Amino acid sequence: MPDALLPYILATVIVIALNAYVLFAGADFGGGVWDLFASGSRRKDQRELVAGVLGPIWEANHVWLILIVVILFTCFPPVFVRMSVALHIPLTLMLVGIVLRGSAFTFRTYDSQADDVQARWGAIFAVASLVTPMVQGMSAGAVIAGDLPLRPEGTFRSAYVDPWLGPFPIAVGLMTTLLFAYIAAAYLTVEAEATALQEDFRRRALIAGVLLFPVSAYVLFLSREEAPNIWTGLLASGFAVPVQAAAAICAVSALLGLLTRRFVLARFAVAGQASVMVWGWAIAQFPYAMPPDLALATSAAPAITLRLIVYALGAGAIVLFPSLWYLFRVFRGGRPAH
Amino acid sequence: MSDLFAARSQMAISLGFHIIFAIVGIAMPLLMVVSERRWQTTKDPLYLELSKLWAKGTAVMFAVGAVSGTILSFELGLLWPGFMEFAGPIIGMPFSLEGFAFFLEAIFLGIFLYGRDRISPRAHLAAGVMVAVSGALSGIFVVMANAWMNAPTGFTLVDGKVVDIDPIAAALNPAAFSQTLHMTLAAYASTGMAVAGIHALMLLRQPSNAFHRRALTVALWVGIPAALLQPISGDISAKFIAKHQPAKFAAMEAHFETERGASLILGGIPDAATGETHYAIRIPKLLSFMAHGDFDAEVRGLDRIPRDEWPNVPVVHTSFGIMVALGSFMALVALVALVEVLRRRDLPSNRLLMKGLVATIPMGFIATEAGWMVTEVGRQPWVIQGVMRTADAVTPMPGLVYPMVFFTGLYVLLAIAVTWLLYRQIRKSPEVSEWRRTYTPARRPPQVQQHRA
Repeated sequence: MPDALLPYILATVIVIALNAYVLFAGADFGGGVWDLFASGSRRKDQRELVAGVLGPIWEANHVWLILIVVILFTCFPPVFVRMSVALHIPLTLMLVGIVLRGSAFTFRTYDSQADDVQARWGAIFAVASLVTPMVQGMSAGAVIAGDLPLRPEGTFRSAYVDPWLGPFPIAVGLMTTLLFAYIAAAYLTVEAEATALQEDFRRRALIAGVLLFPVSAYVLFLSREEAPNIWTGLLASGFAVPVQAAAAICAVSALLGLLTRRFVLARFAVAGQASVMVWGWAIAQFPYAMPPDLALATSAAPAITLRLIVYALGAGAIVLFPSLWYLFRVFRGGRPAH
Repeated sequence: MSDLFAARSQMAISLGFHIIFAIVGIAMPLLMVVSERRWQTTKDPLYLELSKLWAKGTAVMFAVGAVSGTILSFELGLLWPGFMEFAGPIIGMPFSLEGFAFFLEAIFLGIFLYGRDRISPRAHLAAGVMVAVSGALSGIFVVMANAWMNAPTGFTLVDGKVVDIDPIAAALNPAAFSQTLHMTLAAYASTGMAVAGIHALMLLRQPSNAFHRRALTVALWVGIPAALLQPISGDISAKFIAKHQPAKFAAMEAHFETERGASLILGGIPDAATGETHYAIRIPKLLSFMAHGDFDAEVRGLDRIPRDEWPNVPVVHTSFGIMVALGSFMALVALVALVEVLRRRDLPSNRLLMKGLVATIPMGFIATEAGWMVTEVGRQPWVIQGVMRTADAVTPMPGLVYPMVFFTGLYVLLAIAVTWLLYRQIRKSPEVSEWRRTYTPARRPPQVQQHRA
């Protein structure tokens, strides 16, 4: 494989990992959001369903993020460095969210089953599940907008706060949170065994899915000024028509699936919709690793490093994918009878 | 507090916190899988209980280890962007391999913890083995990357630019072997001896408790070999450091002046300003022998190192002394336990040995922390030995004291929560006396009672 191709292969791997992170870890965060918004007479059942589904898989799902970070700092160090410097504050908040979400979830599982103890860990788990995707989306929004300074200049605010605390990053944060909640609710309609519980999550999925439309539209509207490459990429480039068509098909099938209670269809359509959003971003941003100036080819590490990482990823994938398949197969469907 | 010092403190606290969970996450699955295997071969339900107890411990420690490890992987960039821009392409490969090892550990831990009723006993045991193996591998990969900071290889510097990168040579740097060996043994020794100590504490109260007796045995299988091998591995490390990092070695030994037939200095308070160490015990010529295998060999002192390249001598020397003292005590207890086992004595009846084991509960962890102080503080002022200074790697963001204080508070709270949780788990362990087993017909295994706290 020619050296010139390597940065693009690795960028593709990063987008695949990001896509997996959104579909799996995103659903786990979304599950936490629905723990926070558990309501009605089946509040406890809703929370138990979320906890039962998350338990065996959330840690494995979380590792996609580690993989993304590692590939990023090995293969595209200038991108990682600029992001780490300018987004110090939201990334720190994200880390706090990740730590509190994971620890509180585990503590709730293994601590006393007394209601007050469970409620305390549950509250931390749920709030952290809401905050984390919000700041992740805001960080992504700041990267998309291309507002991260090459060298931090000016005041503390202009260098370390303004890039991520504007209308566009906040809108992207909101969209991410809604998307994760939507994915989770759609998945949970399939996981729920009782019809009443299924209906609870069907309603929740519909609410999140419908709210996602205006928020996404607002993000797109803001991108015209704030992230012009995304705007032209999604609306005016050669990819515009296929991306928009795929998004529309997925979005409509997801809502139709939920309305007509074809939950398996809805689940795949929602996953498809989320994937189109990830790939749409990636395609619109191409060939930049970080707009406006860091192109994939120029910000990549030396070819020897890239080549070895491609080999390592290939070897890793041979072990990883069968293991992941096994994990999801073991825990597919309802819990076993005791 | 300067931003550089705040960043160093935050990194030290994050590493210091994570390392405890990392080493328990490496060694605990081995205990868990050994007792699972014992349960499957002996059908003694106490081993099942034990495997479940240790699986819960692993679950809690692994979860906190995973999320605190995530903090570290981001902190590399948040605090040390200068380092990452330089080192990422050179040393990223072990990190990405670690990513996969971590992935496998998380996947198979999920299967082990939640899959007992869903898969065959054989598959369940295999999942446990995968957790133990991938946990050890992920630790090894990360320490390889750290070793490169002590012995940077696999690249050439031309006018400050990196050329001729060789990531494989970087990963297999000269420090990699001694450091990964020392760290992996530290994980098994610390955890094995600590778990043995916890059950020894219970056995001091109820010497006939069959559950704790089995737990003690399994924990010692892991703890004794590791604790006995650790001093040998320490010697390999020290000889390596004497050769490759003379400043670190001189600071460890509080060795200020280059001399032949150098004395080994035990304890004492080094004064970097005067170059003297007060209140120390000196053993003539031993340092020369330990460093180079010759009682009259020359040992380079700090006088050969430019003053602005000295690490903090009192901190490094004291940390080193603590590590060696605690490690030696643990090896001694392990040796006594081994002798008792070989003499076919009943270990729990030896109350002095049980008390010695109880004393080792915190020692491995303190020694591990002290060892990391030696490694990291001993390398200062360099982040990459002889190549990049820590001060040149730090982020330009001001006000770093705030995240440092914030993370410290977060770690303190998490530590309290985890301690409380593990305490609760241990309190819940079953009370089954060995005599009950003796007087119970062989086909009816002892009833397991839950003692509720």
